[in-house]
Amino acid sequence: MTDETKDVDQYSGVETTGHSWDGIKELNNPLPRWWLYVWYMSIAWAIIYMILMPAIPALPGLGTNTKGLRGHSDRAEVAKAVTELKTARDAQSVVLLDAGLETIETDRTLQQFALAMGESAFGDNCATCHGAGGRGAIGYPALADDVWLWDGSLDGIEYTIRHGIRHDTDDGTRFSAMPAFGRDGLLKRSEVDDLAQYVLSLSGRSEDSEAVVRAAPIFQQQCSTCHGANGTGDRTQGAPNLTDAEWLYGGRVADIEATIYNARNSHMPAWDDRLDDATIKAIAVYVHSLGGGE
Amino acid sequence: MTSRTISSNSGGGSIASVSALVAVFGVLALIIAGRTIDHAMGIQAMTFIVLVTAFLVGTGMWAGNLINRNPFDESRYEDTLVKFGVFASVFWGIAGLLVGVIIALQLTFPNIFYFPEFGWTNFGRLRPLHTSAVIFAFGGNVLLATSFYVVQRTCRTRIAGGMWPWFVFWGYQFFIVLAATGYLLGVTQSKEYAEPEWYVDLWLTIVWVAYLLVFLGTLWKRKEPHIYVANWFYLSFIVTIAMLHIVNNLSIPVSWTGTKSVQVFAGVQDAMTQWWYGHNAVGFFLTTGFLAIMYYFIPKRVNRPVYSYRLSIVHFWSLIFIYIWAGPHHLHYTALPQWAQTLGMTFSIMLWMPSWGGMINGVMTLSGAWDKLRTDPVVRMMVVSLAFYGMATFEGPLMSVRAVNSLSHYTEWGIGHVHSGALGWVGYISFGALYCLVPWLYKKKALFSKSLVEWHFWISTIGILFYMISMWFAGIMEGLMWRAYNEYGFLEYSFVETVEAKHISYMIRALGGGLYFSGAVIMAYNLVRTALGHGAAEPVDSKPDPYANPEPRATLVPAE
Repeated sequence: MTDETKDVDQYSGVETTGHSWDGIKELNNPLPRWWLYVWYMSIAWAIIYMILMPAIPALPGLGTNTKGLRGHSDRAEVAKAVTELKTARDAQSVVLLDAGLETIETDRTLQQFALAMGESAFGDNCATCHGAGGRGAIGYPALADDVWLWDGSLDGIEYTIRHGIRHDTDDGTRFSAMPAFGRDGLLKRSEVDDLAQYVLSLSGRSEDSEAVVRAAPIFQQQCSTCHGANGTGDRTQGAPNLTDAEWLYGGRVADIEATIYNARNSHMPAWDDRLDDATIKAIAVYVHSLGGGE
Repeated sequence: MTSRTISSNSGGGSIASVSALVAVFGVLALIIAGRTIDHAMGIQAMTFIVLVTAFLVGTGMWAGNLINRNPFDESRYEDTLVKFGVFASVFWGIAGLLVGVIIALQLTFPNIFYFPEFGWTNFGRLRPLHTSAVIFAFGGNVLLATSFYVVQRTCRTRIAGGMWPWFVFWGYQFFIVLAATGYLLGVTQSKEYAEPEWYVDLWLTIVWVAYLLVFLGTLWKRKEPHIYVANWFYLSFIVTIAMLHIVNNLSIPVSWTGTKSVQVFAGVQDAMTQWWYGHNAVGFFLTTGFLAIMYYFIPKRVNRPVYSYRLSIVHFWSLIFIYIWAGPHHLHYTALPQWAQTLGMTFSIMLWMPSWGGMINGVMTLSGAWDKLRTDPVVRMMVVSLAFYGMATFEGPLMSVRAVNSLSHYTEWGIGHVHSGALGWVGYISFGALYCLVPWLYKKKALFSKSLVEWHFWISTIGILFYMISMWFAGIMEGLMWRAYNEYGFLEYSFVETVEAKHISYMIRALGGGLYFSGAVIMAYNLVRTALGHGAAEPVDSKPDPYANPEPRATLVPAE
């Protein structure tokens, strides 16, 4: 090797370290000054930050760690901010809890507060299924129209949110159960198909008048108890109106046949234990305001 | 006299010992396969048995055909292994990038790319498949291949250990196959970048220790008085990954015949260990490992000396000392005590310049050869990789500042940051090394097509920019949306609205990823044609040209 003799790179005029690995040499350039000074500055900044903020752990006599000259604590700040927010909200929340629909609709400040609170809570808790703005989806009722399965009044909506629908662990939950007519053998396949045509005819969409005639007595016998003789439904037992051409699970013949054959009976959780009273009331006010509140 | 020839040197013994070790694990897998009631474990064990059997049969056939030829001739470099590593890298790279494009499309069009009847195609299973494939399968193979190539050249000696480097290579591929098929079966310990379960971790530990010993053994018998800087970086990568891997995967199997295990650490200690691991996987796998590649391939390719020996020393030691403390910045504003957050943040800031030391040393090595940026797209690719490295290692400390982190954390900004480092830095320095290695290994004058490298470069660069910029946009937007309050102090946007708002950015990101993937396919084609000697890839003359490898000097004699 050439350790003893000076080896100078011809292009830069800089000396190399004298070693060569597979033809690779190294120049003996100094550290770039700007690089070194910026590094020193970042170290100085780090030291200052450590003096000001919680930093060094396990020094004798200083507790778990040095608290820093600024005495800053994330946990204390969060606790303080949460307390302040609660205090600010509580005053209005108390008013909201006692207010009826008329009061809320006439007190503009209270209404704005309730809607802001309701919209925010709806977005993070309800919109996952019911869609942003309550626009609904297949299997998840639209809340922005005036079609209600159970109750469209402010109190009724609040009750639904509190207790859910077919929620096992809530005794007050809204409950109805349409039988699976086909799967459980209550009706034959052909009767289910005829019945689907009859249901379509209620909103004037059937294309098979013979099937409708065949199914009329079946409907009266099997369905009218809940859905009513005219198919207009019964909200006291959560039986949907079949004449309004609004379909929770789709309005094609196949969708309706599937509903009659298997039944649907979907679930909504009870929010009683998950959200506080004011939030539930606010969501009810918000849903009520979306378009179809009664 | 085959057996005598082989057993007369250390190589023959290594064939026997490697085969014995692999066979022992094959028998263990057989026992597990027979006793397990865990369906996934059964499939994993059977997969391993198939791999082991193929390995043993292949080794037996190969050893039987040696006929008086010493397969581990000390006067020659082991380059066949490097060739295997190069094409394994290309294969896994294509696979990993393809899965990345698929999951980007799943996020963009969840209604279309959702197949509930094929549970294994769910995002939750494909995401670790993507990250492990690109980091460990692609990146890992690039590191294996280049480290075996570089350590031999710069130590002027054959790789140590006879058959053991081959065990490292194949053992690592087995690890990849077990991990990847495990993810698809739903086997995971749910630690990011450390998803494989206990038995895969154990196997990798054995492979990795063998890798360390092979590497150290080669350094030990080097014919050069000093250890070249690239080897310091490779060694720090191998040692630290061993430490990180073992500590973060400390767990107790629920059953010796089942996939599931329980972590030793819990709660915030577990989170801290995980991000100590996660951050330093970036630091010591994706940074120091690839800096080692940079330190060999850039000076070699441009035929210029490394800019500053002193800078390489200072930035090496400062980088590895400071990096290891910066992990807590992944846990700002969590249950992690604030003093630990301070530690992570301040060390991240101090890490900025040590990181840049590598960029400066690499870029300044081009002094006297700047024209190559214009004439040699491979050099351009490696220099642009240093530019992305510099950008990502500035962005990292910036994002570690708590005030910035409160906006950037959990957003797409983080995804963009990782990919500017992964696609720009790790990807480009790897592609550059592969473009160098294939003509060198196959003794060709040039690549099959230089213009295809140009196409690769430009298509991929546009892809990276689409990716990075769309993710900055999406990340800052969603960060601002998450923290927006209305005048009554309630959140302005629901979570689902912030997801909806990212749709266009997601489309641009998927496009960027698709472009990057296309570039890699072009590279694969070019490399295969080069190895086959097509186009401009003519055989080198007997007289060595500047890119050819000097043969080991005459002083190298078989160690018998």
